[in-house]
This record gives sequence, C-alpha cells and structure tokens, in this order.
Amino acid sequence: MSTHIGFDFIPPDVPGKVTGEIKYAEDYKKEGMVFARLLTSPMPSGRVASIDASDALRMDGVVGIFTADDLPPVPPPANPALASEYITYVGQPILAVAATTEEIAETAISKIKIEYERRAFCVDPLESLAPGGPNAYPEGNTLVRTREEGPEGTPIVGAEIRDIKWPQAAIDAFKAGKEPVGAEFTREWEFGDLEAGFADAATIIEEPFVTMGYPHHSLEARTGMAYWENGKCYFHGSSQSQSANDNGLARMLNIDPGDLVFINEATGGGFGSKIGPYPYMAITGNFARILNRPVQLRITREQEFYIGSARSGMQGWMKMGVKANGKVSAVDLIIVNDGGMTGGGSGNSSAQHVTVAYQPESMRFRHISVYTNTTPRGAQRGPGQNEMAAVLAPMADKAANAIGMDRVAFRKVNAINSDGFQGSSQGPVTSAFVKEALEQGQRMFGWDEKLAQPKRNGNKVRGIGVGIGYHGAGGRGYDGLLRIGTDGKLYIHSGVGNLGTYSYAGTCRAAAEALQVPWERCEILRGRTDNHLPHSSGQGGSNTIFTHTRTNWVAAHDAISKLKEIAANDLGGLADDYMIGDERVYLSSNPQQGMTYAQAAQRAIDLGGKFSGLEYPDDINPITQRAVQGLAGTGLIGVSKDKIPGQGQPPGILVGFCEIEMDTGTGKFQILDYAAVADCGTVVHPKNFDNAMRGGMVWGIGMAALERHVYDPQNGLPANTGLYQSKPPTNMDVPVETKMGAVNIPDPQNPTGGRGIGEPTQGAAAAALASAISDALDGHLFNTAPTTTDMIINHLAGKSYSSKSLKTNTF
Amino acid sequence: MPSHDVMPNMELYQPVQVEDALAIADRLAERGWLVGGGQDTYGWLKDRAKATDALIDLSAIESMRGIRDTGDGIEIGALSTLTEISENPLIKERYSVLSDAAAVVASPQIRNIGTIGGNVSQDVRCWYYRRGLSCYRAGGNLCYADTPQGMNREHSLFEASRCVAASASDTAPALVALDATMVIRSLEGDREVAASDYFVGPAIDIENVTVLRPGEILTAVKIPTTWANATFYFEKVADRNVWDFSLVNVAAAFKISDDTIEDSRIVCGAVQCTPRRVTDVENAIRGQAKNSATAESVGEMATDGARELAHNGFKVPLMQSLVKRAISA
Repeated sequence: MSTHIGFDFIPPDVPGKVTGEIKYAEDYKKEGMVFARLLTSPMPSGRVASIDASDALRMDGVVGIFTADDLPPVPPPANPALASEYITYVGQPILAVAATTEEIAETAISKIKIEYERRAFCVDPLESLAPGGPNAYPEGNTLVRTREEGPEGTPIVGAEIRDIKWPQAAIDAFKAGKEPVGAEFTREWEFGDLEAGFADAATIIEEPFVTMGYPHHSLEARTGMAYWENGKCYFHGSSQSQSANDNGLARMLNIDPGDLVFINEATGGGFGSKIGPYPYMAITGNFARILNRPVQLRITREQEFYIGSARSGMQGWMKMGVKANGKVSAVDLIIVNDGGMTGGGSGNSSAQHVTVAYQPESMRFRHISVYTNTTPRGAQRGPGQNEMAAVLAPMADKAANAIGMDRVAFRKVNAINSDGFQGSSQGPVTSAFVKEALEQGQRMFGWDEKLAQPKRNGNKVRGIGVGIGYHGAGGRGYDGLLRIGTDGKLYIHSGVGNLGTYSYAGTCRAAAEALQVPWERCEILRGRTDNHLPHSSGQGGSNTIFTHTRTNWVAAHDAISKLKEIAANDLGGLADDYMIGDERVYLSSNPQQGMTYAQAAQRAIDLGGKFSGLEYPDDINPITQRAVQGLAGTGLIGVSKDKIPGQGQPPGILVGFCEIEMDTGTGKFQILDYAAVADCGTVVHPKNFDNAMRGGMVWGIGMAALERHVYDPQNGLPANTGLYQSKPPTNMDVPVETKMGAVNIPDPQNPTGGRGIGEPTQGAAAAALASAISDALDGHLFNTAPTTTDMIINHLAGKSYSSKSLKTNTF
Repeated sequence: MPSHDVMPNMELYQPVQVEDALAIADRLAERGWLVGGGQDTYGWLKDRAKATDALIDLSAIESMRGIRDTGDGIEIGALSTLTEISENPLIKERYSVLSDAAAVVASPQIRNIGTIGGNVSQDVRCWYYRRGLSCYRAGGNLCYADTPQGMNREHSLFEASRCVAASASDTAPALVALDATMVIRSLEGDREVAASDYFVGPAIDIENVTVLRPGEILTAVKIPTTWANATFYFEKVADRNVWDFSLVNVAAAFKISDDTIEDSRIVCGAVQCTPRRVTDVENAIRGQAKNSATAESVGEMATDGARELAHNGFKVPLMQSLVKRAISA
C-alpha cells in the first residue's frame, strides 16, 4: 500500500512562486555588482574585422568590455559564447559591456564601432544543398559527426563541417515529393527487408513534409550573475538542471568543480534549451573574474530569441507501406534537418518516433543535417519526436483511410507493447501499454460517438483526430543521497534542477515512501551546490521521474540497511531480524525492542564510518563524494549509486484525441474537445502529471497550428523575434475543459513503477490536432507543421499552399 | 546591434490641461512625442527603433476623457480606454459596431490602458519598419516587404505606393463606417476632419499614417446620428483569439427598410494602409435585399484591384468572405 507515491502534495517551492518570494537568477544583487549587456550581430554571416570601443570605455560608469579574445578559441562548428571569426546568425553575441547601470551599458553599446566583413548566407537547407548554393560557413554546409552523439541537450563535440551538394535533379525530385535519387547523406540505417515489406503492402503512401523550427522563448530569459570569493565562483544561473551543470560550468570557468557553487533555486522554463551549461555562462563567470566584481549579464527577451535555442527544422520524404490488415510493413524515411548555425538536427529521433509509434516490420532512414544562418538549434521538448508526430499523424490517417480501416484501430494494430522495440537498433523497452491507452482514450473521448455525428453544419465543419507522442523516459546509474538527522527528520538531498516541472519534488517522495517517513517530516535540500547535492541526470528527455525515483529509492534502502545494522549492533540479533515502521527500527519478533530514527541517527554519528558518511562507496560519482564529505558526521547518511539491474528503454507514450470545429469562411477552428491518456507507468504525483499533460497540450497546439521561424532570405533577418510574432498559444486558443488519464500500470524496472512523460504530452496534442485539421478538410494533407490560418484559407479557396515546394523558415 | 529593452533618457511632461499640452507640443514640435496609453510608444522606445527627446504624457488630462451624448450624436474623449468604449451603454445601444470592435482589440490588459485616440493613430506594424530598418516610411529609400521574397504576410492588398504596410486598427474601420469626425486641436484652434480623411496612405504621405501635424492633438471623436441604431456587423480574423492584430477585419453599417438595403457603409481593415471602404460594393447592393444571394453577387467585387504580394494572397478570399458575411448576416 503506497503512502506517498501516487498521492498529491504541494511542492515546497510553490508558496514562494505564488507570493513572489522565490528568487530567480536575475533577482540576486551583490554589493559592487555591475550590469553587463550584449552587443549582437546585425548580419547573418561574416566576421568581425575591427572593434573600436574607445568612446564607450571613456564613458563614466563603464568598467570594461569582454570580447571573444577573452575566452579560449572555439572553432566551428561549436557554438561560441562570443563570435569573432565566424558570425553565423543575426543576433549572435559579439561582445559584452559592463557598467554601473544598465542604461549606461546600453548607451555604451551604441558608441562601439565595429567593422564587419560580410559573407554569403543561407536560410534554407535545400538552397544550400543545391549545386552552387550558399553555405552557412566558409568551410561548408553540413554537420558530419566524427563521434557518437552525446545525451540529448549536450553540446556537439566531435563534429566537422563538410561541403555537400546534391545534384539539381535530386533537389527537384525532393521538392516534388519524390525520393531524391543521387543525394548524399551523412547517416543511414536499415532493418528488416524493405523491398519485401513494400511488396507485401496493400497500399503505399508517399509524402513530402516540412516541420519548421521555432524558438523556445523560455519565459525566464537566461540572465545570470556571478562573483568570485576566496577562489570559488558563485554562479547564479538559470538552468533546467542542478548538479548536472557542475563539471561543464567548472570547465568553462577553468576551475575545479569543487570550487564552483552553482545557485539555481528556480528556473522559469527551459524546454530543452537549458539542460546543461550553455556558452554564454562563460561570459558571466569570466567577466566577473577579470573585473573582480560581481557581474550580472542580463539577457533581454529579444536576445532570448537569438541565443535561447530553437527546435531544428525538417524537410523530408516518407514512403509507408501498409498491409491489408493494417500492419505497417515498410517505412522509407529521408530527413534533411535545418540545424541552424549549430548544425545538430534531431532527425534520428524523428525516425525513432516512427519505430515506436508504428513498429514497422522494416525501415530505412537516411539523414543529413545542414547548417543555416539562423539561430542555434538544440533540444526542444521531444526534439525530433514531437514534430515527426505532427506530420506523421495525417499520413497515417491517409494510409488507414486507404485500406478502409478506422484510424484508431489502425494505431492499435501497430501499437507497441512490452515486447516491442524502439529505434534503429530495435532495442527493448521496459514496458509499454499503448493498446490499453488507445482503448481507454477512445472511450474517454467518445471517438465512436463523435465519428457518428454529422460533419457539416452550415459553414462549420467538424474534424476529429488521433495522435501518438513518445519519448524515451528514463536513465540509470546516478546517485542518491539523504540524511536522517538527530531530530529524526529525513533530509533528502537532490541534485535535480527545478525548471518548473516539479519532478525534483515528486522523485524525493520515493525516499519518504521507502523509509516510511510522513512528508511533513521530510525536507528537500537542493538548489545550490553547497547544499551537498549528489550527481544527478540533466533534466531533459523526460527522464527525471524514472531516474530519480530510483536514486532516492536506493539511497533510502542504504539508510534502511544501516538502521538495521545499528539496531542489531546495539540491541542484539542480526540486521535481518529488524524492520522499519513509524519512524523506528525494531525487532520484527518484538516491536518494543527498537530505537527511533532520531536515536539511530545519533548512534550513526557515534559509530562514524559508513554510518555517518565518513566512509562511502567507491562507485559513487566525485560530485556525490564531495557532497557526502560535506555531510559527514551530521547524521545517518544514506548514499548509493543506482545499480538496480535491468535493461531496455523506459518509454513515455501518450495518445491524444482532438475534436475541432472549423469555420470554412475564415479558416479558423475551435478545439471542442481534447482527451489524452498516458502510458508512463505509475503516476507518481497526480497534480504534477496533470500540469505536464495540459502544458504539453498547449504547446502541441502551438506546434501544429501557430509557431515557426520566419527568416527573410534576402537579408537573413528574423521576423519572429518577440513573443508576439512567435505566436505561442494564448489562453483563448486552448480548450478549458480537457480529459486526461493514465494507464497507470507500474513499470517493472522502477521501484515506484513510474516512467517520465514530459515531452510526449506535446507530441500527442500536435499529432491529434493535425489529424483533426486534416479530417475536417476531408483528408487533405498540408504536410507542414505549423498549418497556419492563411494556409487553411488558401486551401479552402482553391489556392494551393504547396508543401511539395518544401518551403521552410517562412510564412 | 543594440540590445534593446532599456528605456532611453528623455524629458517627461505631464500636463493636466489641454492648453498646456498644446503649448508644450507646439514648442517641442518634432522633438516631442505624444503618448496616451503608451501601448504603441513604449515598444518603439524600449527597442530603441525610434527615439524622442521628450514624451508628452496626456493621460492626466481629464477633459480628454468621457463619453457623452451631444444631442447630435456622441462625443468620445480621445483618452477613453478601449475597455470603457466596449462597455459604454450609449455606444453599445446605438453604435455597437464600435463597441464590438473595441472589445476585440489586442488583450484585456492592453484595452484597459490603450486609448481610442492611440488606437486610431497607431503606426503600422510592418515588422521591417518596426525593427528600425531605414525603409521609405522611416525616411530611407527602399521597401523590404514589397519584394518577391519579402516576408509580407500581413501587408496590404491595395493602394500600395512604395510602402505596403497595412493599417492595424480595429476601431478605425468602425469609425469610418459610422461617418465619425476627428476633433483636432492646436494653438491655432480646432479643426474637424472626417474619419476617412484622418488616415493617410503612402501616396500622399509615406512617413505618417494620419493627418496630425506636430503641435496638434486629437482630443475627441464625434459620431453623428446618421448611422445610430443601424444594422451593424463587425468581424475580426486573426491568428490567435487574443492579442493578435487583424489579418482582415470588417466593420459594416446598414440602413434597412422592408428587408432592402437603403444604404450601407462597409469598411475593411488590414488590407490597405488606411481603412478601406468598399464603395463599389455599397453601390451595388443599394436597393437589394440583405441576404446571401446579394452577398454572393458582390463577393469578388470586394477585392477588385487587389495586388497580391508573395505571402498575403490569402487576404483576398478572406476579405471576400468577410464582406459577404456582413451582407448576409
């Protein structure tokens, strides 16, 4: 019987967020602090020829400037903090100016004279791939990895730039929605027998598609503040993660991680753009060291558009073969990613989504990621998976309709189960129950009833849709750390960041559950390195619930075994003779014989050694070692690396259902109903699960219908810099009432049963909405995400918006 | 490139009497910038895309507030907020096309502060111009939007003259449909300008969207009884359901007797630099029944003369649709 897991509670940071008392990085001021502001590039491609800052430096209140020369050189294709030899997008930071007030810093910037040399630029990958097309870098246009990709959200290492061109015939074929024969790719994989798969198909669909990248526009722009004291750097930052920043940020500052205190109690959104340390943190910390004063580098909303990352774009082609019984027998998928100036596209994850969503019997994937002179791209909520879901759903609908099968039934035929596979290597999953989710969702939404209703009503037309979202949702091998104090309270040390998902709190409940401590007697230590925090995953990729319920669980069990050993040591018998309950450890055969947690903690201090943290396992991470050293002798320490056996990927999967009513006179639609069911194991924290479902739904609406990068190809200028033109959905664009549910079958590889779900909530909503829009228009495929009002109006008027032109970064 | 988002240093004048405001505006001339609710102003200044030596904040001038029955129609103080206008009983009862328009401007927060004077006088929203580029409208000698590859989704279909920016106001078409007049004051005295003459296209003046000159203040809007209690229609189509400017809007007034249209005013916004009255359609439907057959017969006429740009062609069917809906409603 669960006591904590699956129950609601109020995470401890919520009152502070409501009252405004909680502090974000920008809220911190230090005596003597100066304000730094960035000067950014006005051009899409070129180099800095000269900088004359003399007028600026002469101004009262200006204390210094910081340029690319003040940092170690960063050769392309890496994303530098400050550009000099390689300017690669409008808005790229070139230097920082620090002054005693922000106004002075801003005025100083206007007095700096910079001479630039322009270079050719491009804002469309296909234009660059065409013979004679412009390259984003002088060296070339394509990212070629020389080393395996790191975890999602980590900077690209081991990559080079090559100049790759396709024959014009291949470009033309691709734009016409056909296979680009003769095209070169940088990655290719295949499984099964593709030829046989297509031969077995009763219907084959072949479609081009475009998904446009768009900015994260995290609500909290990534202002940071840093100062140095006694050789240590205190860094107030905005990150999704906590201890996962330590090593990378210390490297940027050229210090030992033990000399870094990273402080980040709350972050106002990251969505993948703040998983680990980002380049601009190097400016804040190093500028503060050079000036020997605290420096706040304030990032404006417009700059957050430029440097705050964006989703990569896709221009693609897919051929799908479906057998008469609905089984997907073959998929041939080509993706050209728009990697922005960083070059890393998410195409492989897009392909992975297809494998999970439809379990194809055979599949081939070919990929190339092209640089454009647009904003840096990186992980954004379900990178690759979610945008693939948005364009895949209507294509799957087309296949289902072609064989006369209900679109939900089609998904069921192809649904992944616990014996299913994910990805190119067809690796196992820990468990999956998508058929159950589809059945539950179908009932909850009323799919059959809604299908039976009349479609047309005057100039209004209804559409209903279904979609699947997916992301790998868990990791292994991190550390847990906790302390039972002599007051008997449980102090849970969490290295998990607080980006607004509250999973930092839900995962700590696993420790309270295991140790059977009431939540009121638990306290979470987090938010700054000197709170002695263990090595944790980065908060990205929907992993935290799975990963850190495990770490908290194993740390708790380490504490439990120590409690039993102490009791046996003091009271006689063997450790196995003892059990825990009511915050005591006692003899199973004679419950009177025992001690309280508080007493055991005091005994742990007396005994020292492993009990109080003076000794610790040798397989824990150095970050955790430092944390334990900081706690040694203060109570009963539970510390352990997560070595729970198991293999396979824990998947987070969501099925979404959407009903819209479209006004054919204006192209506008209203979402009448949205229902979604998650397959994410046990729901650890129901209220938080609800937040994830609704937040993802809102952003899925944005992905399917509103948000996109727009760049003018004549000058490389972005049109959608602000929140206004970037068009995230407003509260009036999303349904008020929604139906959310979960399959809630425990995952066998997690002691609480939970898996993550953060990202797929967006993908399922985008997919279901795209499917509904297509259904309202009698199965018309726009094959473009977003599908905006003007596209719908044009289609209704018989003016074509041709997705076969594969236009991107455009209206 | 400047990093934006920091207010520059400026002088600030906060007169409480109109006469003082006029004197300051006259003295400062081009150096002064009139501000009401500031919802257009602050964006320019914070982004440092435009600059001014001095702000003349009108918001404390009580005589520019208030909505009153003049016996001859109504007079609306230019500082009336859009929320006040959308909720005012006189306007809702007699001139609901205006209250309907005011109710869908931007967002509730903007409507609570934004004024009718500001809403009708607002500058165009072309993103190149708003970015601070030196285009014709900004005193330069090129247009970024009117090119084969320009990102011109929100731009004009009609009356382009080197500049293709479109009018952004939702209340302006309603005021044109109501035959409103603008009351403009200066030290030389008052002048009244018909709403349709208040707005200026690029062929006449490429750098200003209204006839207001330095030293002049729009103090009130007058609406005659001509169209009081007529049959009205207002519709705005925008990407999102709040905050966004119109892709196309329509404000219409009809005088009906025995189901026949005696006369009408049909005005579209966001298709031209100024509100566009579709007089050809008004003439064609005079004497016709107010129904969908009549609407269908004039749908295409509504967009005669449209010149599509690369990305705004959708406005043609949308404008036709809205004009037809106004007639057939």
